[in-house]
Amino acid sequence: MSREITHKTIPTQEGLENKIVIENLNVSYSDGTESLRNVSLAIPNHAITVLFGPAGGGKSTLLRTINRLNDLADVVHLSGHIWLDGEDLLDPRIDVIALRRRVGMVFARPVVLPMTILQNMTYGLELAGIRSRDYMEKTVERSLRAAALWDEVRDRLKEPAVALSGGQQQRLCLARVLALEPEVILLDEPTSGLDPISTGKVEASLQELKQLYTIILVPHSIQQAARTADYAAFILNGQLIEYTRGKKIFVNPQEQRTEDYVEGRFG
Amino acid sequence: MKSVKSVVSRSKRHNLIQRLGFAGMTLAAIVTIIPIILIVIYIFWQGAPATSWEFLSGFPREGMRAGGILPAIVGTFWLTLGTGVIAVPLGIGAAIYLAEYAPDNRWTRIIRIAIINLAGIPSVVYGLFGLGLFVLFLQFGTSILAGSLTLAIMTLPIIISTSEEALRAVPNSFRVVSVSLGGTQWQTIRRIVLPQALPGILTGVILGLERAAGETAPILFTVAAFFLPQLPSSVFDSTMALPYHLFVISTQVPGMPIRIQYGTAVVLLTFVLSMNIIATIIRSYTRARRQW
Repeated sequence: MSREITHKTIPTQEGLENKIVIENLNVSYSDGTESLRNVSLAIPNHAITVLFGPAGGGKSTLLRTINRLNDLADVVHLSGHIWLDGEDLLDPRIDVIALRRRVGMVFARPVVLPMTILQNMTYGLELAGIRSRDYMEKTVERSLRAAALWDEVRDRLKEPAVALSGGQQQRLCLARVLALEPEVILLDEPTSGLDPISTGKVEASLQELKQLYTIILVPHSIQQAARTADYAAFILNGQLIEYTRGKKIFVNPQEQRTEDYVEGRFG
Repeated sequence: MKSVKSVVSRSKRHNLIQRLGFAGMTLAAIVTIIPIILIVIYIFWQGAPATSWEFLSGFPREGMRAGGILPAIVGTFWLTLGTGVIAVPLGIGAAIYLAEYAPDNRWTRIIRIAIINLAGIPSVVYGLFGLGLFVLFLQFGTSILAGSLTLAIMTLPIIISTSEEALRAVPNSFRVVSVSLGGTQWQTIRRIVLPQALPGILTGVILGLERAAGETAPILFTVAAFFLPQLPSSVFDSTMALPYHLFVISTQVPGMPIRIQYGTAVVLLTFVLSMNIIATIIRSYTRARRQW
């Protein structure tokens, strides 16, 4: 993959189509922190694309720009394009609310809403205007199963969600996103607060989910990046340094800076 | 050996200082509680014998030297209700604007300073302002409407600042998550933020209304009647009210039986204290149930 890409010229890889194409994206905040400079990359459908690099490099900004959650932040400059199926997400005229249903997000710290497990699951559906009890029940079960949580909570759906353990809460957050049937799932260090067993469950879920969704993951360690990546992008100081298919970026990086980071010389 | 000894004696000395400190603070806490207990006991001791059913449900007789205080009780009830109807929606609305929508700029800083200063204005000045604006200029006359409006303006800063604080105490991560799940800002406020902030808001509302119920100066020129042996029938009627009635029978009527004065004080104090207790119960009940 070249860094000079536009959505028209990006080659499809082994039958995979590009779900998202980011083109010359620039973002900066009023306090001057964590900005993105001229980032371009294509993110394929039905794969896990990993964005890794040191903290403060712009990975979270990139995620939050894709679902326009950055609208809530103090962004002073935003330019470039993010094409989702050929539609520019940064176009001021797009329906941001509908976009956020198409592009779901799981955060680093599991934030369950102060209500029951079931209400957490149906919250987004109700906001979307869905009223059918039958549809909701089916969707809740299907989503909880997909997040590997159903067996643990099926008998306690009416309990407060905070009663769940940290790992269960994070899987609930994932299930809650899945219930909206998004096309893209953004995960910002989703396992940073979890123990290795819970982390394993989440990672296993992601491997299943990529059959159906486009997944963009900011991992909490290089090891996780190497375990999960179908595509991997190294982001440093707001710039995309290297972007490759598969795991070769971790074994045989082309850029010196990638190599230094992967081998633990800085970070 | 010597150094160990000096360390031990130093830690002993620190221990003593700490104990003295705690003792002093406990004493300060007790001293603050004593006056309120004494006031309540004294008022009830003096006034309880007067508070019969006839006193609560009857009209004043013999130049208020006998009979009951029903018109004043009813008046204070309507004034408090009227204040609530005006001040609660305005106050909560303003708090939502300030906490959830307003950007941090010169304009909102001016609003905040105005609210703080509003809280600092002496209540008699509100009374005078109410007289000028509502009674005379808007020609509401001395009426429940004018009195409620005046009390509402006085109460607004309390409701706004406590409500804003309650809204700001709701973790921001809830808002971000709600928006990320496809919620609009208003849906997020209505379904997540407001329910979580409601106990704090209610506490502020009750504290504000309690202050309104007990104030004399703002109603002095705007609504309160010296003696009016009938109940108000519309918001354009003036009315008797407990605080002003207490002022009148304590200072303006010669030969007033003391038990009627204290009986009135008991009723007013009970009204205000029970609102306070309700606020405390709401707060402690919901704090125990809070999920964050």
